[in-house]
Amino acid sequence: MRYSALKILKEGLTGNRGWKPVWREPEPRAEYDVVIVGAGGHGLATAHYLSKEFGVTNVAVLEKGWIGSGNVGRNTTIIRSNYMLPGNEPFYEFSLQLWEGLEQDLNYNAMVSQRGILNLYHSDPQRDAFARRGNAMRLAGADAVLLDQAGVREMCPFLDFDNARFPIKGGLWQPRGGTVRHDAVAWGYARAADSRGVDIIQNCEVTGFDIENGVCRGVETSRGRIRAKKVAVCVAGSSGRLMEKAGIRLPIESHVLQAFISEGLKPVIPGVVTFGAGHFYVNQSDKGGLVFGGDPDGYNSYAQRGGLPVVEDVCEGGMAIMPMIGRARLLRMWGGIMDMSMDGSPFIDRTPVDGLYFNGGWCYGGFKATPASGFCYAHLIAKDEPHPTAAAYRLDRFRHGAMIDEKGVGAQPNLH
Amino acid sequence: MIINHPLLGPRDAAEFVYLGDASLIDRPDWEDPDAAEKYYEYLYLRDNPAGLHRELWFHEQGDRSWLVVTRNTLTHEITNVELARDVAKAQGRSR
Repeated sequence: MRYSALKILKEGLTGNRGWKPVWREPEPRAEYDVVIVGAGGHGLATAHYLSKEFGVTNVAVLEKGWIGSGNVGRNTTIIRSNYMLPGNEPFYEFSLQLWEGLEQDLNYNAMVSQRGILNLYHSDPQRDAFARRGNAMRLAGADAVLLDQAGVREMCPFLDFDNARFPIKGGLWQPRGGTVRHDAVAWGYARAADSRGVDIIQNCEVTGFDIENGVCRGVETSRGRIRAKKVAVCVAGSSGRLMEKAGIRLPIESHVLQAFISEGLKPVIPGVVTFGAGHFYVNQSDKGGLVFGGDPDGYNSYAQRGGLPVVEDVCEGGMAIMPMIGRARLLRMWGGIMDMSMDGSPFIDRTPVDGLYFNGGWCYGGFKATPASGFCYAHLIAKDEPHPTAAAYRLDRFRHGAMIDEKGVGAQPNLH
Repeated sequence: MIINHPLLGPRDAAEFVYLGDASLIDRPDWEDPDAAEKYYEYLYLRDNPAGLHRELWFHEQGDRSWLVVTRNTLTHEITNVELARDVAKAQGRSR
């Protein structure tokens, strides 16, 4: 069923009796060409691009809970491509381009809103670093504008420009960045993949892999054995737990990251704003709540909740750049589990087990990557070679010293 | 979280910084013929368990001792705290 304004009008006049479920609830079949483990944003995007761009439709997406019940349902909804390193920037720019055409591609309203992202700088050296990053972005085809203090003041007059410790000197502005309605991304990809025959199977937990002589031939699940020519793991946050069942140790630790939302307010923040001297980022949802976050808690965790010291740290960051935030009341906060990799960059690669593919290590930047991650993973699965923009995301890159470390802090995941 | 320091008693975890898996104590021998491979595994690969995890915490805003904390990553419950020095010595290290 195609969605359109005309369809809404017709259904409105006929009592909304013609709507159908957005995806089917099929029983798992005994065998598929490709089984994707994890129906989050990345897994569903992979299924969509596999079926649409690469003609692979005999696909199942298995999900332990309900679709989108992981990090696609609990992030801060920001999209951007303001990376610097050659291994990253073309990939994230590809992702931003896919976001720009997403709703037409899926025929689904994901509320893609390119309201811009502003990274504040607070010192001369930081200005130089941002100028360099902006140049790297533009070389990769992205957009970046270096603003001075007057430029930022025009856009965000409410900021504390004359803060005694971290005065705001300007910012790096990416106009094409913005926000997306995160749940709609999962639902839109699920609907599009389902319409081409992909089976989305919820409440089906993978409990093990069927590996014979170093070849993966399927998965064991809570709903029985499912054979597959190719098994594609896409469970960021739980990667360590799942890949252990295939006997693979990963360069990943699982950490908890908290996010926060205030009560609904009238429009006050034009785009996404980030603090350059601490870790704080904020945008305003279309419902009016201020959505914000900061550093992860910093220790290994599979518990989906964090501690109060980080709440304090995040709120201090907010108060440092926009004291008016102190007048808003915090409505909700929550924690999600992320794969923190050893260089802060992700993996889209084959594994030492034939027929077993791995996608993970997204740290706390996986949401913006959703379309390109799905596209590049589908490319890898269908053609057995990496997509050019994801060629650096090898699982064994640390063995060769080919890390992609945007922050340059080394093999300590809680610092990325 | 409260970490029950063996010398100082219960301290707020915010006084500490976290390094990671306690296996980082077991630095490989650089003269080993497989040193490159062993260092790759030592430095970059992790067990990342869901459940009991032995990990290194540094009491930066306290007595600057390194601790080995046994903590459940599913519940954040801390069940054992040792001085990292004692753990290393028990494994045959000189210090």
